[in-house]
Amino acid sequence: MSAVRTGLPVGHHRFTFTHAARMEWIKLSSLRSTLWALLATVAGMIAIGVVTMANTKAPGADHVDTFDPVNNVLAGIALGQMIVGVLGVLVMTGEYASGAIRSTLAAVPDRPVLLAAKAGVLGLLTLMVGEIVTFATFLAGRLALTDAVPRPGIGDPGVLRALVLSGAYLAMVGLLGLALGTVVRHTALAVGLLVGVLYVVPAVFSGLTGMTVAKFFPTMIAANSLAVSKSVAGCLSPWAGFAVLCLYVAVALGVGGRLLVRRDA
Amino acid sequence: MIEARGLSKRYGPTLAVDGLGFDVRPGAVTGFLGPNGSGKSTTMRLIMGLDRPDAGTVRIDGRAYHQLRRPLCEVGALLEARTYHPGRSAEKHLAALAAANGIARSRVAAVLDTVGLTDVARKRAGGFSLGMAQRLGIAAALLGDPAVLLFDEPVNGLDPQGVRWIRELMKSLAAEGRTVLLSSHLISEMALTADHLIVIGQGRLLADTSVAELTAGGRTLEEAFFAITGSSAEYRGVAPAEHRRQP
Repeated sequence: MSAVRTGLPVGHHRFTFTHAARMEWIKLSSLRSTLWALLATVAGMIAIGVVTMANTKAPGADHVDTFDPVNNVLAGIALGQMIVGVLGVLVMTGEYASGAIRSTLAAVPDRPVLLAAKAGVLGLLTLMVGEIVTFATFLAGRLALTDAVPRPGIGDPGVLRALVLSGAYLAMVGLLGLALGTVVRHTALAVGLLVGVLYVVPAVFSGLTGMTVAKFFPTMIAANSLAVSKSVAGCLSPWAGFAVLCLYVAVALGVGGRLLVRRDA
Repeated sequence: MIEARGLSKRYGPTLAVDGLGFDVRPGAVTGFLGPNGSGKSTTMRLIMGLDRPDAGTVRIDGRAYHQLRRPLCEVGALLEARTYHPGRSAEKHLAALAAANGIARSRVAAVLDTVGLTDVARKRAGGFSLGMAQRLGIAAALLGDPAVLLFDEPVNGLDPQGVRWIRELMKSLAAEGRTVLLSSHLISEMALTADHLIVIGQGRLLADTSVAELTAGGRTLEEAFFAITGSSAEYRGVAPAEHRRQP
């Protein structure tokens, strides 16, 4: 046995999170679908922001207090979250659908490390794209406002916070998608659940009970808690909403990680 | 060296592997022979730590798979034909695996050359034929230059030249002192390639012997195989491996 010279590197320390993350980065960046999904997110959100702002009218005297053009310009999050969420789902279900999960686990049999690497790479990439797109959308949408409407600036109260948290929101939906994909391991089912959680269930709840329950759903947190420069009555405050989202992501990834370890691949 | 001891695995009502124990030694091609559904692929999955055994252990040079420090540098495996994403090129697939275990990037081009996929290395692997898919799987197995190699039905989909190429590759890997476990249900292929044979049926060990011993007395390997496996009459009713399909 010792006669065989193998590729084991000198000193051969165990593979690390960094190795796994490098693998995941190569995998994510080498799929054309990743590029298209992110381009669609950027183009879609900017377009929706510009159109919304171009159609935003100056507030009447009784609406000046609640008028929040920052909320209008970020309307495209409703679209962007779906694309990024599906991208997150595919990071895991794509492996099961193709059988690639077997070569992935052969290289990185430490499953919590694997999930952490996927989450780290996806989270960082979508965070960067999310921040770029929210700021770009804000700046483009601002130019589209008619002169009659007061132009918001990044320095205005709450604006910078709204933009930063909204960008981070996209990354969090991406991570929720990844966790869903890890739990159900099937693209169509995971995407269906994602649509349910993001759109259908909160819409049903808001129809039945107003914001009492609906305010805890990600889409509602994004629209009423994060992407606002002025707090909305009856909804979570920006930082409370952000904390709730962090909790969702942590729990979802925790459950996904547990199942990934326990189940046969 | 692979050591399996008392290995059992149940999928729902099916006992796929039943108290299996064997050693796979270095320096020889060990054939892993059995009818479809006899538990060959399951055993491979248990060796790789993809599935968790209900009982028993399997060790590679004394350690469980998940304890290996750089798994691809210690064990190389061709498990099933397609274990790559169809949207990714062969080169990127291998580059990702190399990165995961700190394997030099130059190995990617080297193994692509070994398996003859250099010309299509940058094309989407989704367009590969079954034979090319097998070659990519073999490239991945060789990537880390491991001392232990597992090949599950490697000649599937290969043309006659490819089959011969695989046969010579297995033999040369064993001649270098590596441990080679080759599963197949093709007896003729085993007769040409394997030095040692592990025969299983219904997840149980039926024979663990050299090819020379089995074919002693002028029997063909096929006759010997049916003599061993024919004794368990329930054989034909074994469920196919379909239950292992992923959703």
